[in-house]
Amino acid sequence: MTADRIRIVRAVVAIALVVAAAYVFGWYIPQFYESTTTYLWAEAFYIGVAAMGLNLLTGYNGQVSIGHGAFFGLGMYTTAILMESHNWPFVATLPVVALITFGVGVLVGFPALRVKGLYLALVTLVLAVLFPELTNRFVPHDLCKTCGTSQVGELARSKLRPPSWVPHFVGANDQWAYYAALVVAVVGLVVLALLVRSRFGRALIAVRDHEAAAETVGINIARVKVIAFATSALYAGVAGSCFVLVKRLATASSVSTFQLSIEFLVAVVIGGTATVLGPFVGGVIVVFSGRYISESFPSTLLFWHIDDSVKNLLSPAIYGIGLILLMYVLPDGIVGGGRRVGITAWRNLRRRKRAPAAR
Amino acid sequence: MSLFLTQLMNGIGIGAVYASLALALVLVFRTTGILNFAQGEMALYSTYLVWFFTVRSVPVWIAILLAMAISFVGGAAIERVLIRPVEQASPLVLVIVTIGMFLAINSIAQVQFGNDIKLLPRAYPNKTWLPGNVQISSDTLVLVGVLVAECVILYLVLNRTRIGLAFRAVASNPESSRLVGVPVGRMLMLGWAMAAAIGALAGALVIAPVGLEGASMQEILVYAFAAAALGGFDSPVGAVVAGLIVGVVGTMTTQYLHVVHDIELVVPLALILVVLLFRPSGLFGSTRVERV
Repeated sequence: MTADRIRIVRAVVAIALVVAAAYVFGWYIPQFYESTTTYLWAEAFYIGVAAMGLNLLTGYNGQVSIGHGAFFGLGMYTTAILMESHNWPFVATLPVVALITFGVGVLVGFPALRVKGLYLALVTLVLAVLFPELTNRFVPHDLCKTCGTSQVGELARSKLRPPSWVPHFVGANDQWAYYAALVVAVVGLVVLALLVRSRFGRALIAVRDHEAAAETVGINIARVKVIAFATSALYAGVAGSCFVLVKRLATASSVSTFQLSIEFLVAVVIGGTATVLGPFVGGVIVVFSGRYISESFPSTLLFWHIDDSVKNLLSPAIYGIGLILLMYVLPDGIVGGGRRVGITAWRNLRRRKRAPAAR
Repeated sequence: MSLFLTQLMNGIGIGAVYASLALALVLVFRTTGILNFAQGEMALYSTYLVWFFTVRSVPVWIAILLAMAISFVGGAAIERVLIRPVEQASPLVLVIVTIGMFLAINSIAQVQFGNDIKLLPRAYPNKTWLPGNVQISSDTLVLVGVLVAECVILYLVLNRTRIGLAFRAVASNPESSRLVGVPVGRMLMLGWAMAAAIGALAGALVIAPVGLEGASMQEILVYAFAAAALGGFDSPVGAVVAGLIVGVVGTMTTQYLHVVHDIELVVPLALILVVLLFRPSGLFGSTRVERV
């Protein structure tokens, strides 16, 4: 095959895949499934968005953070407060969230410049643990109608209704949450894909691979690192906004913020660091595996009866063991590893075809 | 003043626990270069073992020693079976593996032993002394005594034995030590084994007064991480000093600044943020110099 024909085949396959994905995600799931499933997919989308942002920082720029749950929470609270107390529509809160989380990201990113590797991970961990203390202290109590600890009480259902300007097939609250998260995810994905192929993206990778060398070719390291940090904070923040539409509240505790941060990181690594699509796929897997492991567990294993409470206790074990095994088999993640396997298979195929001619 | 000194003693007591666990983290980090998220859960499992033995009327100290011995073997086994296959992988992969271990060990422990709160018998009488109006509890004395004993034993093992020499060689340069015939793999197993045993001891002692459940070790682990970062991940001395600092600062804030809910978490962590900004490799950590 000539190079041209390969390119054409590739383009056709790519277009077919995009069309199929557009049909399944844009029409089939939100229109034909129950609201529990659409909410679950919406959750998968926003976790995927946060993971995408973290991938920009961790995968492309080499800075590890286990504190992005804090930025997620910041976006979540901003949206919830604006919608609940100031009657803003959801969409109007997004630019505000983007601005605030980017700004805070810059503020945090500057001091983080001095700290590297594991120490940076620990600094961001501190961020995740401290954030709920801040919301506990500073979120005004009149926002908090039904809550125990640091929750903005449940939002009135009327505020979560789709606005009047959306097409009529977005009728129900769950569909609105789904489409909002989907649009955010698609925009996030496209922006990320363009960003990592841009001059800035190359700079990110150069700084990750060799800081000193990057500096000698004229890259402003401090600026690149801070912008990477702030952009990933922005992604996490906007993902947090979508959380409000799906879960109908804003909440943060030191445990949940830390768990979220870890979930983002897990999504990045199992999907594939430094791949565009990987972290998003990882996010979807994290959400669905968490949900379905305990449900699909058999009630009897050989002659050992497992009741429901044990199932709930045991599902983290399955999840954890699954993570470890996945890391053994595909250390570069599902998308990264899949691509590697695919490329090797393709080369082998071509070599076999060419081999007789070479003799 | 006597209140201050009393709180100082309490802080040193709880700080000794953070110091022990931070020491375990540092041992693992020095040898295998891994930040072990599962260290706390490994200690949790060991503490469940202590409970398991005491329920079967084994004397407490013997139960603790048994659990430490099992943890020693278990730690070595974890290194050999779970960590060795991904030893050369990127640090992120290793982080995910230890997070997987964290989840798995925690849930297996709860399934195996039940998720109700277990009460451990005390290993020593609960007494308080009042020399010059300062309260010193037996908890503080035992915890500090154990920490001192750990440090002395570690020092003797690492600096006065052939195995210790080999261990330090591997920690500073695995390639060269392999070339001169040091069994690197065995030393890595030793690092994990010692860390697991130290964690078991710390867990059993700190949990005995409050009761054992699934989440017992998580907050302690956060503090131990904080202490390890504050002291510098590659410095055992740093881990001990920083553990004590974190403990003392924590109790002092609860004593004198109880205006905000959960404030005891905020001040030590904020302190760590500030210290790391001025000394990015911790108080005692060594900075890595890069050759270009």
